[in-house]
Parts: sequence; C-alpha cells; structure tokens
Amino acid sequence: MSLLELKNVTLKFGGLTAVNDVSFAVEKGEVFALVGPNGAGKSTIFNMISRFYTPYSGDILFEGKSILNKATHEIAGLGIARTFQNIELFEQASVLQNMLVGRYTHRRSNFLTEMLFTPFVRREEFAHREAVERAIDFLDLQPYREKMIAGLPYGVRKVVEMGRALAIEPKLLLLDEPASGLSVEETQDVAFWIEDIKKIMGITVLMVEHDMNLVSAVSDRVLALADGKTLAVGSPSEVQNDPAVIEAYLGSDDHEEAA
Amino acid sequence: MDLLQLLISGLANGCVYGLIGLGFVLIYKATESVNFAQGDMMMLGAFITLGLTNQSYVGLPFWLAVILAIVIMGILGYLLEVVFIRPMFGQSQIAVVILTIAIGFVARFVAGLIWGHEPQSLENPFVGKDVGFGGLVLGLDEVVIIGTTLALTGGLYLFFAYTRIGLAMQAASQNQLAAYYMGIPVKRIHSLVWALAGALAAIAGVLFASKGAIDPSTGLLGIKAFAAAIIGGFGSLPGALLGGLVVGLIEPLSSRYVAAGVSQIMPYLMLLLVLILRPHGLLSQVKAKKV
Amino acid sequence: MRIVFKTSYDADIRLFKHGAQAFWYAVLLALAIAAPFLLGSFLTGEATNVLIWAICGMGLMLLVGQSGQASLGHAAFMAIGAYSCVLLQTLAGLPFLLAFPLAGVITGIVGAIFALPVTRLHGIYLAIATIAVSIMMEDIIVLSEPITGGVNGLFAPDIEIFGLNFNRYSNPSGLYWLVLAIAVLVALVYRNMQRSPLGRSFAAVRDSEISAQAMGINVARTKALAFGLSCAITGLGGALMGYFATIFNHETFNIVISINLLLMIVIGGLGTIHGAFLGAIVIGFLPQAIAFSRDAIGEWTGIGSIVVPGLESGIFALILIGFILLEPMGMYGRWVKIRTYFELFPFARRDMFRRQKTYLKTERIR
Repeated sequence: MSLLELKNVTLKFGGLTAVNDVSFAVEKGEVFALVGPNGAGKSTIFNMISRFYTPYSGDILFEGKSILNKATHEIAGLGIARTFQNIELFEQASVLQNMLVGRYTHRRSNFLTEMLFTPFVRREEFAHREAVERAIDFLDLQPYREKMIAGLPYGVRKVVEMGRALAIEPKLLLLDEPASGLSVEETQDVAFWIEDIKKIMGITVLMVEHDMNLVSAVSDRVLALADGKTLAVGSPSEVQNDPAVIEAYLGSDDHEEAA
Repeated sequence: MDLLQLLISGLANGCVYGLIGLGFVLIYKATESVNFAQGDMMMLGAFITLGLTNQSYVGLPFWLAVILAIVIMGILGYLLEVVFIRPMFGQSQIAVVILTIAIGFVARFVAGLIWGHEPQSLENPFVGKDVGFGGLVLGLDEVVIIGTTLALTGGLYLFFAYTRIGLAMQAASQNQLAAYYMGIPVKRIHSLVWALAGALAAIAGVLFASKGAIDPSTGLLGIKAFAAAIIGGFGSLPGALLGGLVVGLIEPLSSRYVAAGVSQIMPYLMLLLVLILRPHGLLSQVKAKKV
Repeated sequence: MRIVFKTSYDADIRLFKHGAQAFWYAVLLALAIAAPFLLGSFLTGEATNVLIWAICGMGLMLLVGQSGQASLGHAAFMAIGAYSCVLLQTLAGLPFLLAFPLAGVITGIVGAIFALPVTRLHGIYLAIATIAVSIMMEDIIVLSEPITGGVNGLFAPDIEIFGLNFNRYSNPSGLYWLVLAIAVLVALVYRNMQRSPLGRSFAAVRDSEISAQAMGINVARTKALAFGLSCAITGLGGALMGYFATIFNHETFNIVISINLLLMIVIGGLGTIHGAFLGAIVIGFLPQAIAFSRDAIGEWTGIGSIVVPGLESGIFALILIGFILLEPMGMYGRWVKIRTYFELFPFARRDMFRRQKTYLKTERIR
C-alpha cells in the first residue's frame, strides 16, 4: 500500500483546468519530487492534499483511506505536515512558540486544565518542548530560539517553517519549494536535511522544487508536470532525459535555469 | 398617500446615511482604512455652516456659508490625514479605527466647547417649503437631499471608474507596495481622499441639519451610517447608498408595522443577518486569498 | 542587565523568570493588599473601580491582544454578566458564591454562540458586528422591562459570602479585597492560558489562519473559544461593576463603555496583562485627576471652578491619540523601554526598539 496516492485528480478554477487527471503514488520512505514550470499545478496539488482545495473529480488516499471527507485542520492529525511557498509563520511569536504550535496535534489537555495549568499540563509542556528541541538541534536553530519571527532573515524563516513541520512528527512531509530564495550554501544544508529526514527520521518527503540540482541530489523519483498534466514519472535522470519533458518543460535552455 | 409620504421621508433619511456612508467607503476604497470619525466630521460640517450662516453667529448668506464649510472641511480632512493618519501608514485597520474613534471624541468635545451642547437649528432656505409632484406634496428639504445624494453618488462612481486619479486611488488601496512601485504617489492620494471625504461630510452635515436640530453628539449617527454602508457592501459606492436607503426605509416601516421600540434595533439586526448570510455585504467585493 | 541561565525547560514555563521578579510581584501584591489601610475609604472605592475595569480589560485583552479579534461591543457582555448575576440571586435565590461564577459561564456561552457565525468576519466587519450587539443590547434591556427593570434599572443586593457582607459603603475594604482576589485569579488564569497550547493556538489564529489550519488548529472553534472565554471574564467584571454601582440600567453598559474599554487596553498596551491594569488606572483615576487639577487651577487663577462638559472624554481621547502615534505598544511598552534603558545603562540604543516598516495589503482579498 502506498503512503499517499492520487487517483485521476482534476481541479478546475472557473474555466481553467489547473490540474488535469493526475495520478501518482508516493511510497513509504522515499523522497518524491514534483517539477514543472510555473503554473503547472504543483502547488495546487499540495493545496489539495492539505485540503485547502477540493478536487473536482478523482480521489486522494492517505494510508489507503480517502482524505476528501476530512476538514483542512484534520490533515495534520493524520500525519501530513507541510511548508508554504511564501512562508506562513506566526509573525508576532518567537521561533520556539512557532515550533510549539507544531505540537498542537499532540495536545492531550483541554482548555480547562490548561487554564488551571495542572501538573499534567506542565508534564505535557515538557514533552512538547523536548520534541521541539530535537527539531531545533537537527536544524541548528539554537541561536534563534527566543527571536521574534518578524525580525528574522528569509533563510532562517524558511528553516523555522521546516522545523515547525517536523515538530508535528509527521509520516509525510510536504515541502513547497524548500530551496527557493536560498543561497547555494543554504540549499546544500537543505539537501542534507532532506536526506536525514528520510534516513534518520524515516519520514516520507513529497516536495515541489525548481532547483534541478537539489531534485537530482535528493529525490528517489520525480514527476514532471506541465499545464496540469503528467509528462513523465521516474528517476531524476530518466525524467530529465525524457523527450516530452525536454520538449515541454526544459526547452532548449540550460537545465538549471529552466524553471 | 400616507405610506408614500412615509417612504419619501425614509428615503431622505436614507440618503443622509448614504452620504455619510459614501465618506466611509471613499476612504476605505482608497486607503483601506476606516474613518470612524466620519459621523463627527459630518457634525462639524453642519456646525461650521450653522456658525457661519445663523444670525446669532456670523450671519453670512446661506450658500456662501455652505461653500466655505465645504472648503474648511476639505482642508480639515486633508490636515487630519497628514497629521494623524499618515504616521499610521501601513499599520493594521483596527489601529486606525481606534485612532479615528478618538479623533471623533475630540471633535465632539471641541464642538461642545464652541457651540455648546444644546440642540440648534440651521437657518436654511429649504425649511417649511413644499414642492408638488402631480398631487404629491413633498418637503423641499427632502427633494434637495435625494437629488444631491443621487448626483454625488453618480459623480463619485464615474470618478473612480474613469479618471486617472480615481483608478490610482483604487490601485493604492489594493496593494500599497505595488502601487508605490508603479509610481503612484500613495501618500498624496490618501491626503486627497481625506480632503474629499471631509468635503462630502460637510455636504451631508448641511443636508442633515436642514431637516432638524443638531448637537455635538449628532456624530454618533455615523455608527448607523457605517452599519448601513456595511449592509450595502463596504467598498462599493452604490452599495453605500443602497445600504443607507435600506436602513432609512426599514426604520419608519418597522416602527409603523411592528412596534415603536423595535425600530432602533432593526438596522442592527439587519446588519447582523447580512453579515452572517453574506459576510461582505449585499454588493460584495471580497475574494479568497491564494495560498 | 540580568542574565538568567536556564537549566531546565521549566525556566521558560514557570510564572516568574527569576527570583527578583517574583519578589517584586510579591511586593506589589502586598502593597495592593495593604492599600485600604493607606488610602481611606473614598480612594479604596476608586481603587475597587480600577480593579473592576482591569478585570473587564483582561477579558477584552484576551480577545484583541491574544486572538487578534477586535470587539467594540464588550459592554453588552458586561451587561449580560451583571443582569444574570443579579437575577440569579434575586429570582433564582442563589447565593452570590454560586451566582457569580454561573454568570461568567452564562456570559461565556452567550459569547461563544454569538461568535460562531460572526468570527468568520475579519477586522472592521467583526468590529461593526460587535457594535451592533452592544447597541441592540441597550434596546433589548429596555424592551424586556419585566425582568430587567427597563429604564428604571435593577437594584443589586449586597454581596454576602458565608455571612460576611461586602456592601460598598459599610465594608469598602472588604469589597476591595474581594475584587482584588478575583482580579489576581483572573490574571493567573490569563497567564496560564498564555503559556499553554491554548494561548499558542490563539496566537496562531491571530497571525496566520492558513498556517494554523495546516498545524491542525480548528480556526472557527478556536476563535469561538477565545470569544467565549473573553466574554466570560468580561461578564464577571460586568457583574462586579453592577454590584459596585448598586443600581444599574442599560445606560451603565452603553456603547460608549464598550468603546472606552477598547481604548483603555490600547492605552495600557495590547497583548499584556500589565496593559489591562495600567489602562484601568488611567480610566479610573482620570476623572479624579481632572477634578483635582480643575480645582487647583481655579484656586490659583482665582476664577473659581470652571465646568467644561465632555472634558473627560476629550482628554481621554487626546491621551489615546498621543499613545497610538508615539507609543503604539501603550504604557507597558513605554515601561519596558525605560526599564531596558536603566538595565543596560549606558548602552541602550534607540534602534533596539525600531519598528519594522510595514505595508498594508488589501483585506478584501484574504
């Protein structure tokens, strides 16, 4: 059984078909990348998986069960975490607070016990904090723990968002352009982290990325999209050498600049 | 015939709400902030006219006083923007709401100092005169109010839809930073809009005062006008007028057909219903944010 | 500047950051408890009034500062608290000790029910909806005269707990201590809320609803919960205000009170418990300060006392304008700056508190 499976998913905005009959399956333990030019429907697929959009037709299965009957806020509880293309952090809170919000799905206390701050709530807080500290150590965020998001540089925000998603301790991690806007060094860090997330943490990764170097370096399989339709699926090199992909997406330009 | 009379007077009331609402919408459309002092600006406009024309004060001719009041309120609107609102540039809507509420308090206080807290009447040429429309007898004040409102709404609508500066105002509201990049002088445009809203408030004030007495707390009418503008659909000029008319009509009708005490509640009940069923008003302009 | 070496996660969770802070709050509490002995009965009454405003302010602060929803109609919920508490005592015959918390619960439930359809609204739309509630509440109170007493108002019985009478006039210190205890309890609950998942979910909804949903937070439920809790606290404050006024009607909780409550917490400093108390001190003592300075000026110039109607709200509004333009973080923000200046002396710099330049995007697309 695949961890995540999209079956003939189609989404229309008005007259525009953003995603057209796309099917693919993400296996447990792999890094799966979606590539394609802007407007190909990659982020739209992410938004359907996290239930911000509902497909016009088709089905989305997570661990064999359809998630289309779930509300947006129930997705994280299933074990699907995500980051956003345009960074959506809680600006008026510290890095630590942001990452602690990631623990929300593990909350076992309710608002009454929390207002009384019972010993149980305190123990839970310690547990949440330990989980968050693991993510902080993993991503080297120690210097920023107490800093407000509003004052942080772009690269750090990007990492914090990834840390917040990891704090959920998900089964599936959706990374929406994890390297966009990052320097070469920062992108290398991201590549290492994705490797470790897969190997050490055992989390399956589905990502959208334009940087073909990163995609080739970390992903096991790649799906190329154009105009909402599947062009090719396979290993990074297979997809890069696929005639249809070269024709429609990479064009005659240099590979790396194609996005 | 009695019902028709009731409807006309309701329409005239609604037009005054609509005119105040236009001021709200104007500022909102162009600057994305809400001026809660719009009602108090109307009150000031009315009092300035009253102070200039009434025999017990300066005693200028009525029309001269009206023009002067419009100019003074325009300048006041401009200055309010430059001194108080501009430092708030880019901050949240609610901060501006709170600031303008405070400005309204101050306006009420100043008006009380100058003109006192007793209700006063504006001496005007419309009072007590009637116009006949094929058997139907209407008060001249009501006819003037309805006519002026229609003309102003139409003019402003055309202004936003077709003039360069009107379009620039719309652009400035939708994304300040992008508007900057496009070379639109966002700040100057904001000041101009406030000046326009001030002038509009003066006209609304004169029209309101021509129907009855005013006192410094008249500005609280702004809350009802704001509710009306929201009912119509905030951000839409015809919506503001529509909302004003709806509220203007529902008040006399509900007190006549339901119960006298209910007419106070009706506009707000209506507002809540509209907000729940159509959260952004009858003529809605809101789209969902892209993730 | 004090540097705290954190040796456990508890350092970030416990109520006080370090011993000195705990000490100063203990001193403050001791002074507050001793106040009736130092102030005399008139000022003790005024201090009680300030504490009641602070409780109401904390209620609204939870909504505005924590969950980012503005309410310009909280006086309506003060009214619900006051009327239900008194009616539970007079009609249902409950003792104060039961009626008071029950009034809070009732107000909270009413608030949450009101919030469910309304919290989908943002910014000004929510603001006008709450204004509408406040205005309607005044009329509803007048219309339901058989229960509420209408324009004539309702007479609040004395507060009695275990035979002890807390009448405002016969036992001003007792009432003060009772209100102080409630204020401290509310502050404690507020603090607990801030440091638990509940407070974080409020902040998440405030800063990014999209992201909050992706983290598993039910936005509508969280907002309604914030509204309900806020209304419950404000309802408790309103009930105390009713007893403090001894007789109250729709005018006691009119729209101006709603607006004043919001302006008060802005002056005090949004998002902090301190802000609620500092703002309450301003709103509570401003009339006294004005009366005092009026008499002083009158004596000094020899013209006698000048009476200017509306002076209080005028000055209140001017103070508010000054704060919004010059110190948007309110009195508490100013205090933090002064404290940092002395802690770092002479190394504090103006830039440390520089605000980021922000640009507003339309709220019509969200």
